[in-house]
Amino acid sequence: MRLLKLVPDDTNIQFLKWRKLAMVISILMIVASIALVAARGLNLGVDFVGGQSVRVEFPQAMPPIDEIRSKVATIGLGEATIQQFGSDKAVSIRTALPEGDKAAADRAGAQLLAGIKTAFPTATTGSVETVSGKVSEELLQTGALSLLLAMVAISIYIWIRFEWQFGAGALFALFHDVALTFGFFALTQMQFDLNIVAALLTIIGYSLNDTIVVFDRIRENLKKYRKMEIIPLLDLSLNETLARTVMTSFTMLIALGVLLWVGPDVIFGFTAAMLLGIFIGTYSSIYMSAPILVWLKVGPDSFVPRTTAGMAGGERVERKDDGAVV
Amino acid sequence: MLDFPRWKTISISIILLLGVLFSIPSFLPEKTFNSLPSFMQAKVNLGLDLAGGSHLLLEADIDDLRTTQLTSMEKTVRAAMNGERGPDDDIAIGELSTDGGRISFLVRNQAQLDDARDRLFSQTQGAALTGQRDWNIDIVDTTRIVMTPTSAGQTQAVADAMDSARDIIDKRVNALGTREPTIIRQGNDRVVVQVPGLQDPAALKELIGKTARLEFRMVDPNADPAEAAAGRVPVGSEIVPYAEGEGSGATFEVLRRQVMISGEQLINARQSYDPQSNEPVVSISFDSGGSSTFAKVTAQNVGKRFAMVLDGKVLSAPSINEPILGGSAQISGSFTVASANALAISLRSGALPVKMAVVEERTVTPELGADSIRKGAIAGIIATVAVLVFMIIVYGRFGIYANIALMFNIALIIAIMAAFNATLTLPGIAGFVLTIGAAVDANVLINERIREELKRGRRVFQAIDVGYSEASRAIFDANITNVIAAGLMFWFGSGPIKGFAVVLTIGIITSVFTAVTVTRMFAAGWLRNSRPTSLNI
Repeated sequence: MRLLKLVPDDTNIQFLKWRKLAMVISILMIVASIALVAARGLNLGVDFVGGQSVRVEFPQAMPPIDEIRSKVATIGLGEATIQQFGSDKAVSIRTALPEGDKAAADRAGAQLLAGIKTAFPTATTGSVETVSGKVSEELLQTGALSLLLAMVAISIYIWIRFEWQFGAGALFALFHDVALTFGFFALTQMQFDLNIVAALLTIIGYSLNDTIVVFDRIRENLKKYRKMEIIPLLDLSLNETLARTVMTSFTMLIALGVLLWVGPDVIFGFTAAMLLGIFIGTYSSIYMSAPILVWLKVGPDSFVPRTTAGMAGGERVERKDDGAVV
Repeated sequence: MLDFPRWKTISISIILLLGVLFSIPSFLPEKTFNSLPSFMQAKVNLGLDLAGGSHLLLEADIDDLRTTQLTSMEKTVRAAMNGERGPDDDIAIGELSTDGGRISFLVRNQAQLDDARDRLFSQTQGAALTGQRDWNIDIVDTTRIVMTPTSAGQTQAVADAMDSARDIIDKRVNALGTREPTIIRQGNDRVVVQVPGLQDPAALKELIGKTARLEFRMVDPNADPAEAAAGRVPVGSEIVPYAEGEGSGATFEVLRRQVMISGEQLINARQSYDPQSNEPVVSISFDSGGSSTFAKVTAQNVGKRFAMVLDGKVLSAPSINEPILGGSAQISGSFTVASANALAISLRSGALPVKMAVVEERTVTPELGADSIRKGAIAGIIATVAVLVFMIIVYGRFGIYANIALMFNIALIIAIMAAFNATLTLPGIAGFVLTIGAAVDANVLINERIREELKRGRRVFQAIDVGYSEASRAIFDANITNVIAAGLMFWFGSGPIKGFAVVLTIGIITSVFTAVTVTRMFAAGWLRNSRPTSLNI
């Protein structure tokens, strides 16, 4: 039986040749993402802005969004945000909570539910979320803090396991991934809530996974081919790991694609974010983390200093090669 | 690397078998599950977003607690100054104020100042183990005593109040008869209430949002309505507003400050009907002390009115037609059966020591939860099958090994989650699917490395050996970073995200075990038994 190979043997793609162009594009994408977030803002869910959100399910195809919007406006709780889920039978209706005492907030909850019941008698309410201003501020803070901490902690780990240049490269790649995901949410105006923070943390973990596999091979080759120029060496490492990168990304795409297609629409945004993250994460490990190593001047000496341990390092490599042949 | 002693094979097999065994109960219907031996009765919990139910986060009103604390200390002071040995023993005080969170009063006879202070010392205690007192007692201007709550005392008071608030909420929620509610303290001043399978959170909120501080107080007969409307009331009385929808036109009553009888003196409360109007009411009975006070006061005040005050609002103010001697009474107001029942439960479980407000609510109906489970399961199965087929197409024999390891991995994750009684949430299902991807990644790394080593001209045995050892390093590093990310999610995340982090962490650990160790065992067995000279990978 002939087995399938997604990537042909012995590829020799010169990834690094395009590093300047790639870097310019990446930086432009980051800037565009930041600008998008600044200009359009994120469609923050009740988790982060407070308020109440009700999921309304319709037995048949639902009325047009505008009709829902105008009907909800008559309930008298101010302007509502209507968000469609992955299906065409459910929307989330979000309103702010009245300022002040808790009794008013409680009444607003009952008022919204009753209002929806009269406006759409056949619809059912699937879930209700109410988050007070104070709690949403805390969730926003801890969400942002956990993202920052994850990026820093993981970079420090890489710095310890590899070298500082690798840590810096990883940190930059992570920043790139997170910034682009934010940009995506600003562009599509999909709801940004706590689940998306979890997705972002997963993307960070996944993107790093990819980066580490590449870094691990670079470190190995740096020790093995001490005379090789850094750019061909990086290209070689990227090509050697290319089959694995494509295979893993492909299986992840299968799993997440299925989840997006038939999975619960409640986690549509979450799955979409992760699917996007797989693409961005794969790209950034190739075009962000590796080129940074060139600019930060990583060389064979980064792991085995030439002056003292140079010979020992050379011997070790040779012994390993012998061992492999025997 | 490929040397597998017998004990290792046996222990790996035992772990895998246990994993499969303990993952089974989670798939069984409830009835079969209950007939299992007790050590097998551990299954994965479903989170509220899957099982349906309500999650409420309640926050204590600390200012309210301080006020209550101050009022009760004021009572203590007045009681302490009334001596135990009759009127001769009394210490006359005046100008008592509670402004600025402190109690300050004048001792009229300077000679009694030290005595007054000593009496207060015995009424204030040390705050837990801090060695500090809960109130500082100072003498100011040689005539005044000023009592200030210490920060240790206040912290202790909040902690005590929150503990008892948790217990009371627990009692109230359990009185609803729902299954397996979770009520836990969170942080300094919060309580989390999770009730699975609940359809209507409104009743739950009604029940636990009520402080249920019940007081019976006399209506001040001397108060002039016009004066009172302008905010002027006789000394020793105060204006208390009517609860919403009560009072039939009147908005307030002028009540004596002194509490005739309070909710603490109740022994029972239940919903019943008023024999005349057939309206829902709450019937209450007092303990013996409460009964005799009630009998005495009502006997002395026939023809006057008293008021039932709940959480600072008047419910009703009926006239006393005759002395009430039986030690029982009816609380009337505009109740429905449900609200009367909720009040009865609240009164039975005691008043909350502090006002609590709902600051976060998440409710999912059981139907939506069931729908999510169904779709999640379908997605999980399709994704798994697709990945399995794909692995065989790409890696042949080693793809099959990876697939068997993957199945064991799924069983192990479920078994460990069941053993720790962990909760599966909706993002957790996504975590599951993701773990499948991650587990496969480890095998991809290994298999690609084996391919590479074969290409370099190594023989089968060495290629596999080097493939495993070289790939393991990258697998380890890559998974550590995932554990860091998952750890942070668990630490900071709430509810569903925690569930995701739990699945991810367990999945990462088990997938390293199955994808590396278990497949290596299969590979070693194959190498030993068939001594292959070529490998199609």
